[in-house]
Amino acid sequence: MAEPLLEVKNLTVHFPTDDGLVKAVDGVSFSLLPGETLGVVGESGSGKSVSFLTVMGLINAKQAVIEGQIIFQGQDLLTLPVDEMRNVRGEKISMIFQDPMTSLHPYYKTGDQIAEAIRVHQRVSKQEAHEQAVEMLRRVGIPRPDERADQYPHEFSGGMRQRAMIAMALSLNPDLLIADEPTTALDVTVQAQILDLLDRLKQEFNAAIVIVTHDLGVVAEHCDHIQVMYAGKIVEAGDRRDIYYGAHHPYTWGLLASIPRLDESDTKERLQPIRGLPPSLIFVPPGCAFHPRCPHVFDRCRTDVPELLPADGHHASRCHLSLSDKERIFQEEVMARS
Amino acid sequence: MGRYLIRRTLFMILVLFIVSLITFIIFVKLPASDPARRAVGKSTSPENVEAARHAFGLDKPLYVQYSRFAKGLIPWPGLFLNEDVYYSYANFVPVKEEIFSRLPVTIALAVGAAVLWTLVGIPIGIISAVRKGSVWDRSAMVFALIGVSAPVFWLAYLFLYIFWFKLGWAPPSGIPIGESVTQAVLSGRFILPWIVLSMTFAAFYARMVRGNLIETMSEDYIRTARAKGLSEKRVIYKHGLRAALTPVVTMFGLDLAVLLGGAFITETVFGLPGVGQYAVRSIFLNDFPAVMGVTLFAAFFIAVANLCVDVAYAFLDPRVRYT
Repeated sequence: MAEPLLEVKNLTVHFPTDDGLVKAVDGVSFSLLPGETLGVVGESGSGKSVSFLTVMGLINAKQAVIEGQIIFQGQDLLTLPVDEMRNVRGEKISMIFQDPMTSLHPYYKTGDQIAEAIRVHQRVSKQEAHEQAVEMLRRVGIPRPDERADQYPHEFSGGMRQRAMIAMALSLNPDLLIADEPTTALDVTVQAQILDLLDRLKQEFNAAIVIVTHDLGVVAEHCDHIQVMYAGKIVEAGDRRDIYYGAHHPYTWGLLASIPRLDESDTKERLQPIRGLPPSLIFVPPGCAFHPRCPHVFDRCRTDVPELLPADGHHASRCHLSLSDKERIFQEEVMARS
Repeated sequence: MGRYLIRRTLFMILVLFIVSLITFIIFVKLPASDPARRAVGKSTSPENVEAARHAFGLDKPLYVQYSRFAKGLIPWPGLFLNEDVYYSYANFVPVKEEIFSRLPVTIALAVGAAVLWTLVGIPIGIISAVRKGSVWDRSAMVFALIGVSAPVFWLAYLFLYIFWFKLGWAPPSGIPIGESVTQAVLSGRFILPWIVLSMTFAAFYARMVRGNLIETMSEDYIRTARAKGLSEKRVIYKHGLRAALTPVVTMFGLDLAVLLGGAFITETVFGLPGVGQYAVRSIFLNDFPAVMGVTLFAAFFIAVANLCVDVAYAFLDPRVRYT
C-alpha cells in the first residue's frame, strides 16, 4: 500500500473557555492516500471543521490545547515552526471555505488576490503571477478570465466566487485540498457544478481532496471514503459503499434517513429527523455521546464509551450493538425506507 | 458620478438653508430684546435705534430680513458673508475679514492636532488590537478611557499649570501682538494646545481602530489570507488594516472639518485668536451678525467636507457605487 499523504493520529483539540473546556475534537485518527477523496460528514459542532482547520494550522496552540500528531508527507505539522508551517499552508495544503461571499477580500481585485497567493510561495514577477491567476480562473471555468481578474469579488456571483476561491486554492498545485462546506452557501444547481469541477480538477491536478460537509447527499458521488463525526469523535468510517449500503452506526442511519429523495413514487412518509440536539461539547454525555438521541440505546451505552472497531478491515464504527444487529436494523429500518 | 455630485450638492444646499434658517431664528428672532437695540447699546437715542433697525433691514418683512442673511451664504466673491449684513457691531469690522484673519490660527491648531492624534491614536489602536488582552492593550485602553473622559478645559488648565507654570517647559497661553502664526508655531506656542486638543481624538481613534481591527480580523477573508500562507504581518497590515481603516478615514475628514470651523474651548483657554474664539466672544457680546457669520462659515465647511469624504469613500471601498 502506498505511503499515506496525511495521517492524523489521536488528534484532540480542546478550547479553554470561561464556561469550561470545549472538547471540539476528541481523539480523531485517520489517514488519507495521495489522490484520494475523503468525505467528512457531521452536524454543526461535530468537530469536522475544527479538525481540518487544525491540519491547516489555522487553529494553533495559542487558541487551543492541541494533542496528537498530524503527519503530512512524513512531517508532523504540529511540531513544525510557524514559518515552515506557513510554507506548507497554501502551497502543499490549501483550503476553500463555506461562504464564498465573505471569503474573498472585498477591497482587492480577484486576480490580485490569486496572484498574491502565488507570489507568497513562488519567486515570480507581478506580471507572471497575474498571468497565472488569469490562467487559473480560466481552468475553473470562469468566462472571460482576463476581464474577470480585474474585477472585485462583489462583481461575481456566489458560484463564480467559489470558483475563484478554488482557483486560488489550486494555483500552487497543492497535494491536498480541504473543502470546508464548499457548497453549503450555494444554490442547488450551482452546488452540483462546483462538485463536478472539484472532481475534474482532482484528475487534472492529481490532488487529494477532503470535503467537509453536513450533507451526506453531497458527498455521495464524489468521495472514495467517508467518515462520520459526532461530538468530536469519528463514529463511523468506511468506503462510500460501506456507508450508503451498509452503515453500522445509528447516527449515520439518522443522516441517511434525513436525505430527501425525489426518485420515490410513494412519498407518503415524511422526512425523518434525528430527534434531539447535538450535545454540549463541554458536558459530553457519559458512555456513547449519541446515546441520548439513539433509538437503539441500551444500558451499556450509558456508561461505556464504545471503541471505533473495524468490522471488516476498512469499515469501522463506534457502537455497542452487535454486528448482526447493526446489519439487521440497517436492512429493516434504513434500506426499507429509502 | 456626475449625477451623484449634482444630487449631493443640491442636498448640501438644502442642509445649509435649514442651518441658516435655524440660526437666523435663534439669534435674531428668538431673543426677547430688540436686535436693533442690542446693536446700538442701552443709552442711546430712539433715532439711533431706528437707524440701526433700518441698517440691519429689520424694518422690512420677515422674508426680506432672512434673505438678506441667506444671501451671505452663497459662495460668490461679492455675496459670501457680504459686508452690509455681516458686519460686527461689537468692533465694527466686517465678519469676513475677521474670520479670514483668524483662519490661519485655527488651521494651524486643527491640522497640527489632527497630525498628532493620527500618529498617536492609530498606532495605539493597532497595537491594542494585535496584542489584545496584553499589558499594552490594557494600558492603552486605560489611556483611552482617561482621554475620552477628561474635559478639554480641565486638561488645558492642568497642562498649562504643570508645563508652563511649574516646569517652565512650554510657553504661556496666547500669541503676542505682532507675532505671525508661523512664528508662533515655531516658538512652540501651539505645542500644549495641540496635545490637549488631540488627546480626546487620539483616545477616541485608538478605541475605534482597535475595535474595527479586532472585528476585521475575525472576518472570513482574513482566514483566507492566512490559508494562503501569508505572514501574520501581511495579514494584519495589508488585509486587516485596509478594511479596518476605511471608516476611520471618513471620521477623520469630518472631525477635521468640525475643528476648522473653530476649536472653541481650546482656542479660548489657550488664548489663541482663532475662529472659535471669535465665535465664543461674539456670542457673549450678543453680536448676532458675527455669530451668524461664524455659524454659517462652519456649516459650510462641514457640509463640503462631508461631500468630499463620501466621494473619497468610492476610492477606498470598491463596493461603493454612486448612482
